[in-house]
Amino acid sequence: MDSLLPLEDRGGPAQPLLLATGLRKHFPVAGGLLGRSRKVVRAVDDLSLSVAKGETLGVVGESGCGKSTVARLLIRLIKPDRGTMVLDGDPVDEPHGITVNELRRQVQMVFQDSYASLNPRLTIAETLAFAPKAHGLPAAEARARVRDLLDKVGLDPANYAERYPHELSGGQRQRVNIARALALRPRLVILDEAVSALDKSVEAQVLNMLVDLKTELGLTYIFISHDLNVVQYLSDRVLVMYLGKIVELGSVEAIYGNPQHPYTRALLSARPSMDPRRRTKEAPIQGDPPNPIDPPSGCRFRTRCPFAEDVCTRVEPPLADIGTQAVACHMRVVGSGHSKAATP
Amino acid sequence: MAIQSPTVDIAAALVRPTVASASRGYWPSVGRRLRRDPVTLICAGVLLLVVLSSIAAPLLGLADPYKTSMIRRLYPLGSPSHLLGTDELGRDMFARLIYGGRLSLFMGVMPVLCALLIGGALGITAGFVGGKVNMAIMRVMDVFYAFPSVLLAISLSGAMGAGTENTLLSLTLVFIPPICRVSESVTTQVRGFDFVDAARASGASALTIVRVHVLGNVLGPILVYATSLISVAIILAAGLSFLGLGVKPPEPEWGLMLNTLRQAIYVNPVLAALPGVMIFITSICFNLMSDGLRAAMDVKA
Repeated sequence: MDSLLPLEDRGGPAQPLLLATGLRKHFPVAGGLLGRSRKVVRAVDDLSLSVAKGETLGVVGESGCGKSTVARLLIRLIKPDRGTMVLDGDPVDEPHGITVNELRRQVQMVFQDSYASLNPRLTIAETLAFAPKAHGLPAAEARARVRDLLDKVGLDPANYAERYPHELSGGQRQRVNIARALALRPRLVILDEAVSALDKSVEAQVLNMLVDLKTELGLTYIFISHDLNVVQYLSDRVLVMYLGKIVELGSVEAIYGNPQHPYTRALLSARPSMDPRRRTKEAPIQGDPPNPIDPPSGCRFRTRCPFAEDVCTRVEPPLADIGTQAVACHMRVVGSGHSKAATP
Repeated sequence: MAIQSPTVDIAAALVRPTVASASRGYWPSVGRRLRRDPVTLICAGVLLLVVLSSIAAPLLGLADPYKTSMIRRLYPLGSPSHLLGTDELGRDMFARLIYGGRLSLFMGVMPVLCALLIGGALGITAGFVGGKVNMAIMRVMDVFYAFPSVLLAISLSGAMGAGTENTLLSLTLVFIPPICRVSESVTTQVRGFDFVDAARASGASALTIVRVHVLGNVLGPILVYATSLISVAIILAAGLSFLGLGVKPPEPEWGLMLNTLRQAIYVNPVLAALPGVMIFITSICFNLMSDGLRAAMDVKA
């Protein structure tokens, strides 16, 4: 019987663990005659990303920019309208690739709401044993794995295995959620706002635990958050999203030290300062993101961008590699027609 | 020494402070709340009495419920040989009321049980699968919903003819849509929780997810709703018999007895009302009990 051993690395360290190309998800808007309507929410629009083995990719952006949809697409909780995914050399859900179930064995996810993501009727042990048992692990081995998992996330198995979720604190519940995500010994863990709902001291504990688990188990993380400080602490590379598109992607040093896109700059300057003398005086960007049902033409950020020009309305800026990072802004593309862009 | 022993206990409690309360599941806590609810307990007791007495009716040494006597017709309540009097054909009322409970309760419980199996399965399927399947199942249910339940039961029984099986069938058909609708709505609700997504992300089959994660969370509300339908079923079955579409005479059944005693209402009104009193007590007990169950189960685990 398959005892769910950790999976072997196959393509070598240079091959990306996960490669997603042109992912797109448009949600139809309810309403209209007979529930049919032409309008769609462009939650994720032609998004491509790659995750290297052993790295942590941070994903940041405002609420509603499609961060969580990306997470759910990558684990195939929702089916993308378009786009392909390759997991360590194997195409996902394609004739000669791996099935969605094999993908889920290797990619797992931790949800934000620690309460809603645990079944209130099941004990912690039952919740943790569910996935291994569903994959055919015998009951005795599943019990041993539950103890092992609880140990790994710093919860005493003797004390917590038979408890119900409502008897645990938020931090303990989130530890259980992390343990559940590790139950199948995945290679990639998607953390969707996994620590956002915790208070700061507990958040720090859980973050440190995540760092330890990563080295111990050789994991790769996709860390989704709106908290820029946490992303900076944890990530190797950072992906900035705006209205379902990547606006900037690069190493954590490049993004935080030398942000190129006006949106990234605005996000970073919106961070509350620890120094009371350097208080933020005015909001770096005004207003809310535009409605993703009908996003602006050209550059999606142009409605809130202080540098928007005619070209931004007409042409959608491509994600251009500028050496240290990739950025989707006409000001950084040579000969784009923007007054601040270099001329060829 | 006598002073020191509590200290030891406290120390032991400090080492493992939470083991004692570790096994407080959902159902034990529901049981605890029910024990503190006298109305529900009394109703459950009355129902238990009615159910047990009708099951054990042949063992209770009652008079023969079928034995007629032309000279002993319509004895009033409290007659020496007939505690609750006799009916229009001189049969012992007490025995007939107890025996009548067998058919009446059967007619109350069985259709709901059948409808629970069929409607529950349909509703959970519709709620869990969603999309077009949901649309197909729920719109068919809506067609049934378009008819008032009494009218639907009467027309079905009328079309198929009188008799126990036909009554059972028509009542089952009447109860499938409401149970299906309740099951669908609670399942849709549970399906939206992250733990169902997490279970899907673990690669488990849909059937396993429904069995482990959905059933435990939806069965409670569905069962409570079904309990409240039992009283409706008893009343509907009694109504069908009263109209001559249900159980056929001389079988003792509360609705039928109410019908046949109708003529005696000016002679002995209390006697004529007795089957109605039984219907009333049983159905109100089922209703109050389902209310109590709902209150006891309506907690965040």
